[in-house]
Amino acid sequence: MSSRTATTVIASACLVASMTASVLLLHRIDQLHPKATLEDVLYISSPKIVKRASLGFDGLMACIYWTRAVQYFGSRHIDRAASFNELAPLLEITTTLDPNLVPAYQFGASFLAPPPPYGAGEPERAVQLMKFGIAHNPDDWHLYYDLGFVYYMEMKDYKDAAATFELGAKLPHTHPFLKILAGRVAEQSGDFTTARMLWTATYESSHESNIRQNAVEHLRDLKVDEDVTNLQAAVTRFGQRNGRLPASMEELAAAEHLPGVPVDPDGKPYKLDAAGRVLVQDPGSFPFITQGIPPGYKPGPPKLQGNP
Amino acid sequence: MSARIYYIARNTFREAVRDRVLYNLIAFALLLSGAAILVGEISIEIERLVVVDLGLSALSLFGVVIAIFIGIGLVSKEIEKRTLYTVLSRPVRRWEFIVGKFCGLAGTLIVNASCMAIGVFGALLYVAHKFGRPDAWIFVALYFIILEFLIICSLSLFFSSFSSPLLSAVFAFSLFVAGSFSEDLRGFASLTHGVAHWFASAAAYIIPNFSTLNVISNVAHQQPLGMHLIVQNTFYALFYTTAVMSGAVLIFERRNLK
Repeated sequence: MSSRTATTVIASACLVASMTASVLLLHRIDQLHPKATLEDVLYISSPKIVKRASLGFDGLMACIYWTRAVQYFGSRHIDRAASFNELAPLLEITTTLDPNLVPAYQFGASFLAPPPPYGAGEPERAVQLMKFGIAHNPDDWHLYYDLGFVYYMEMKDYKDAAATFELGAKLPHTHPFLKILAGRVAEQSGDFTTARMLWTATYESSHESNIRQNAVEHLRDLKVDEDVTNLQAAVTRFGQRNGRLPASMEELAAAEHLPGVPVDPDGKPYKLDAAGRVLVQDPGSFPFITQGIPPGYKPGPPKLQGNP
Repeated sequence: MSARIYYIARNTFREAVRDRVLYNLIAFALLLSGAAILVGEISIEIERLVVVDLGLSALSLFGVVIAIFIGIGLVSKEIEKRTLYTVLSRPVRRWEFIVGKFCGLAGTLIVNASCMAIGVFGALLYVAHKFGRPDAWIFVALYFIILEFLIICSLSLFFSSFSSPLLSAVFAFSLFVAGSFSEDLRGFASLTHGVAHWFASAAAYIIPNFSTLNVISNVAHQQPLGMHLIVQNTFYALFYTTAVMSGAVLIFERRNLK
């Protein structure tokens, strides 16, 4: 072996060994302080400074900040975090850098508005974000729909929701369902049918699989809430007629002339406890339900798409 | 005359290729293909935007860096290697040498940008599966980036004609940064009065306005651009480049090369 070949072999071996050792060592160091990541750090919180520092490449910086906002929300959501302190500033920076980045408004509002752990629980900031988006993209009906959605679902502000849908319905290239929603919300607020219409509209108007999946889950959970509310009313009627609670769901079904024991969207029968409460068997399958939750139930980590 | 400029330009181009300048295309290809594949996994609904934004921004930045770091050495390297004396001992005028060098560097950047543009369109086809009519505006953004390169090339050559490579790089890069803030300079000028107003206004108009040539965000959102902007930007870049190149020729003509 010539001296040149020997040097090449030794240097190559040193390179591979040193690089492997440094990677392994860094992995060990990361385990010493696993929380020392960038996710909670926003070094520059001023949107204007970030815009200046981008040297005109604000579109690219907006994409980077939007990706960061998605990653931040996703990781906090998986951890079932109670706070999302950096989410609103990240979205503000993103939309200041690129006011035409419509997905940042649409998804950003759905990240900000719902209560933790499904969102940041900041519906007012979601409204601010959407209004900023509408000011810069006044002809995009999606933004009016999403703002009305936040008003209706998260703030229970049916008057503003109806007014926003109405404004969106007047746009030149709008979707016809905005007009229907405006009328429906103005006439009958807070009922299951209107909520079902909104989630159906969300499902039909989005191409994003996560949003469609979320809409499907909400529609399933709305069905459970509606079933439990109706069954609970049936239990009350049974009690008024017979002076006692029904002994079982079968007895209630027979008294109400139902074709069988009512089942949830997963096909599992609803339960009736000793206190006459109608309950679902597996509340973990319905993360957004507000009715039929067994007393003392604590929700597990959220199910992610693709997870078993 | 034109033949002499052509030969100097061709040699400048060949020298840049020999210096492995076009190797940056590999980095660009890796960056773009990585972004096209990864962004869909880690973000939401911005795959197309990222390809256009990242592709054109990287194309612009790579070009600016190449323009500065090659441009600053075009004259000084010839003096250092004493090849300038061989060239100028032939029937070649000094201004022809400067213009030839400019054309060679601009040609290198145009070839480089064209290869990158093919990569951008390839990545766009990968994420969007088809081209739409609004995608044609990307060509306008590319054209504006090339106009930007012409200005940067002329500035690098201008500083290179009288200064050291290090100082030339600092000056050219500073002007690139300042030119990116030119809208702010105008805003600052409008807020001031008297001498400060005149000084700020003069600075705002003398410093190259790169922000007017940056339409990357607009084309990423498929927003149309006015024909007036295209025509006016073309003339602005040509006049500015001609002015700076004239300055470079004036200085180089009078420079003592002994």
